[in-house]
Amino acid sequence: MTAMLRMRISSAFFNGTHLRLLTCLSLAVVLLPPYLLFGGNSARTRSTERERGHRMTERTSILTERIQSIQVCTGTGKGVSCEKESVSGSVSQRACVYCGARVVLNPITDAYHIVHGPIGCASYTWDIRGSLSSGSELYRNSFSTDLREKDIIFGGEKKLWAAIQELMVKETPTPKLIFVYATCIVGVIGDDVTAVCKKAEDTYEIRVIPVFSPGFSGTKSTGYKIACDALTRLMLPYREQPKQFGVNILGDYNLAGEMWIIRNYLRRIGVPVIATITGDARFETLIQAPSATLNIVQCAGSSTYLANRMEAEFGVPYIKVSFFGVEDTTASICRIADALGISAIRTKAEEFVREETERVIPILRKYRPRLEGKRAAIFVGGGFKAISLMRQFRELGIQTVVVGTQTGKKDEYEILAQLADPETVILDDANPAELEQFMIEKKADILVGGVKERPLAYKLGIAFCDHNHERKHALGGFDGIENFVKEINLSINNPVWRYLDKE
Amino acid sequence: MLDMTTKDIKERSGITINPCKTCEPVGAMFCALGVHKCMPHSHGSQGCSSYHRTVLTRHFKEPAIATSSSFTEGASVFGGRSNLNTAVKNIFDMYDPDIIAVHTTCLSETIGDDVGSYILDMEIPEGKYVIHASTPSYEGSHIQGFSNMMMGFINYLSKQTGTKTGITALFPGWVNPGDCRELKAIAKAMEVPVTMFPDFDNTMDSPMTGHFEYYGAGGTPIPEIGRLGDASSVIALGKFASGESFDLMQKKFHISGASLPMPVGIALTDRYIMALRKISKKEVPSGLEAERGRLVDLLMDATSYTYKKTVAIFGDPDIVYSLTSLCLEMGMIPRYVVTGTPKSEFETLTRELIDSYNLEETCEVKADTDLFWLHQKIKNDEVDLLLGSSYGKYIAKAEDIPFVRAGFPVLDRYGATIQSVCGYKGGVYLAEKIIDALLSRYDRDVADEDFECVL
Repeated sequence: MTAMLRMRISSAFFNGTHLRLLTCLSLAVVLLPPYLLFGGNSARTRSTERERGHRMTERTSILTERIQSIQVCTGTGKGVSCEKESVSGSVSQRACVYCGARVVLNPITDAYHIVHGPIGCASYTWDIRGSLSSGSELYRNSFSTDLREKDIIFGGEKKLWAAIQELMVKETPTPKLIFVYATCIVGVIGDDVTAVCKKAEDTYEIRVIPVFSPGFSGTKSTGYKIACDALTRLMLPYREQPKQFGVNILGDYNLAGEMWIIRNYLRRIGVPVIATITGDARFETLIQAPSATLNIVQCAGSSTYLANRMEAEFGVPYIKVSFFGVEDTTASICRIADALGISAIRTKAEEFVREETERVIPILRKYRPRLEGKRAAIFVGGGFKAISLMRQFRELGIQTVVVGTQTGKKDEYEILAQLADPETVILDDANPAELEQFMIEKKADILVGGVKERPLAYKLGIAFCDHNHERKHALGGFDGIENFVKEINLSINNPVWRYLDKE
Repeated sequence: MLDMTTKDIKERSGITINPCKTCEPVGAMFCALGVHKCMPHSHGSQGCSSYHRTVLTRHFKEPAIATSSSFTEGASVFGGRSNLNTAVKNIFDMYDPDIIAVHTTCLSETIGDDVGSYILDMEIPEGKYVIHASTPSYEGSHIQGFSNMMMGFINYLSKQTGTKTGITALFPGWVNPGDCRELKAIAKAMEVPVTMFPDFDNTMDSPMTGHFEYYGAGGTPIPEIGRLGDASSVIALGKFASGESFDLMQKKFHISGASLPMPVGIALTDRYIMALRKISKKEVPSGLEAERGRLVDLLMDATSYTYKKTVAIFGDPDIVYSLTSLCLEMGMIPRYVVTGTPKSEFETLTRELIDSYNLEETCEVKADTDLFWLHQKIKNDEVDLLLGSSYGKYIAKAEDIPFVRAGFPVLDRYGATIQSVCGYKGGVYLAEKIIDALLSRYDRDVADEDFECVL
């Protein structure tokens, strides 16, 4: 009954358009307010559902304010509205400005990361991401000024200064670099964090960089930008140094050692790596970054801004790359060789890529029959990764039916729309309700996402692959392709699913 | 790992290193997840809600659903009233909870948002509720936030009609779903009808069905919280999470009862059962007596491996106090007993507990400290076992100490939230884990000629 009603309404609503029926149906769910979908029977429908003990599949789970952020990919839409603040009251999967700044800077291994604020912001970001280090483990500790009520009233500057002094005088090893993160409340109580940092720099002759990241001052992307500004500030005094042949890797955080894999590839084609920003980074290498020939940008969402600033300040050009999947990894390595303009490197690159492709193709071939025809949902942080994942799924014969990001950019959504099938749903800053609705509607077999999405997928009986901070196997490069396909296979073909009574 | 930790301990006034607590709002969010069809709402920046949900998800391996006011620059200048109004409307429209439990954050507290009055002025749909608790992150710890939210529910919802319900209010404190089940099972065995509040059984450990429900089948029903004012008695477990709500029940509704530590181990479970017995006036059933007997038996059997073993216990005050009690019962020496929660009462109570065992060895008890301090202490005087949350794993690795996980959060192991550490059964579960950790270490380190199959 309800389905028929929905169809009728949606046909009327889209009178004159050429949208296909299925698309109409999904759009109806998306666009129509509840009273149109349910008529006057909304309450009754719900209670009957509840009596039957069924979940409310008819529940309208899209807020009107969110409609612009969802697109069913017909190719005729106006594109996804993105880069906006989250709607109040939504169970957003997004984090805050501080979180954005912290995740970018956290992998700098030999720095003290002092969180200036109440304890929570430090507790929640203690060793949050699996960024690996080949040297110092300092960054895996949690430092906080743990502001209390009296600090809120009388100001927290004294405590911050005491904190820095205690680290400088009483603990070893003596740091060369300190980041001071100003959280929500510090902005409000008006601590002069810059002055304290300046005083510390002068007193101890080290770098003490303030990171102004009050959670409310934008989105997680704003935090990325603030972190990039902090990095630029760190590098600026070292701008006058002789250029050397080599690249900086930007936007790789060495999760599960992925940066090491990429670094190794570059070594094999004869490209030296000068600084890694920020995976496995250390103070001494970071300050050499201005001397590089080229920046290669892996996580475009967090680091394009830095690449632009480095181009403007130090004259280092950049290219965007992605090392997820055969297609993107191959293209990226060749593009790096091209950008450097040395034919010997190009030849080596081609040879390397051919060898590696020949190595991984049989692996993909082995797993493809077990995965072909499956349907994937993607919900990741940045748009660039989503694009790579869509391509990677295509290589495996898996169709992407839902794709969303937390902080994707307009141009990225356009690429996603081009890659997508006609029925693919594209979402910006999705919340669990939307993810749930579209994963069920589009019959997704696997979700690729982060920690907050994992239990959601499992509860729905949908397989899951963590492509975020909690990934335990490298998913980047040719090595990562094998891990990725194994993880997908393991989750989709998990024997426990047979005990699940899915309708 | 943790190479920076020095042996030399110096007084610190500015820097906290490796905290042993987190902020109030996450406690409020967790508490609210123990109420049926309740949506916890974080009145602050987006990140707060996201972080709390993440840590709860990582601990329980369950979706932790909560909403946020998503503060912007504007809201932090002009106040968060309109954000809250929009949020409440959107939440009822979209997620259809029966109640929204709003908690504040450091930001909304500092800019002076008067959430209570916002709620009074708000249009709330018929039959639905919006309540709030003040949880400034710069006070107390997550345990205080939990306590504040409990009192928020009681203050908003609980009424007194004068007709006693004959039901006992049972406050479990900050526990896992498995604990809730065991505590209810014991009350049932003692024939005491209870309203458990909050109740995480079947909310933070929902069974796998292939469906995702925003609201689990469990959680304390709102009408039952409403009737708490007419409860016949109250048993509050966990001094620091439930104690203030116990006082509130006495003060507001003149309901008396018992405020007890979390019932872990023999003596503390005995106290819980005696409190129930005082209410029901029934004999302790043979089943429970047998469970007790088995725990005593187990501790006796393993004594030679646990006696005089030193242990460092850290985490939240209630669980740490009760774990200390169990360790003492096992003949162990609680060398360091530590919480990050700033409550000096923790030191007094734990000190009394330890003193009652007349140990020759010195034991240090400290509240309002961090794990860096504990690590420094251990560097100076080693322990045989470490007992606490996942954040102890760095110390355990650095110092090569056997480590048993208990308390919150446990981020790197699976299954513990379904189990109970409370009651005699919980004692058996914990004791087994402790004995196993000690003996595994013994087997690992023992010389080949001393390696034996039978221990």
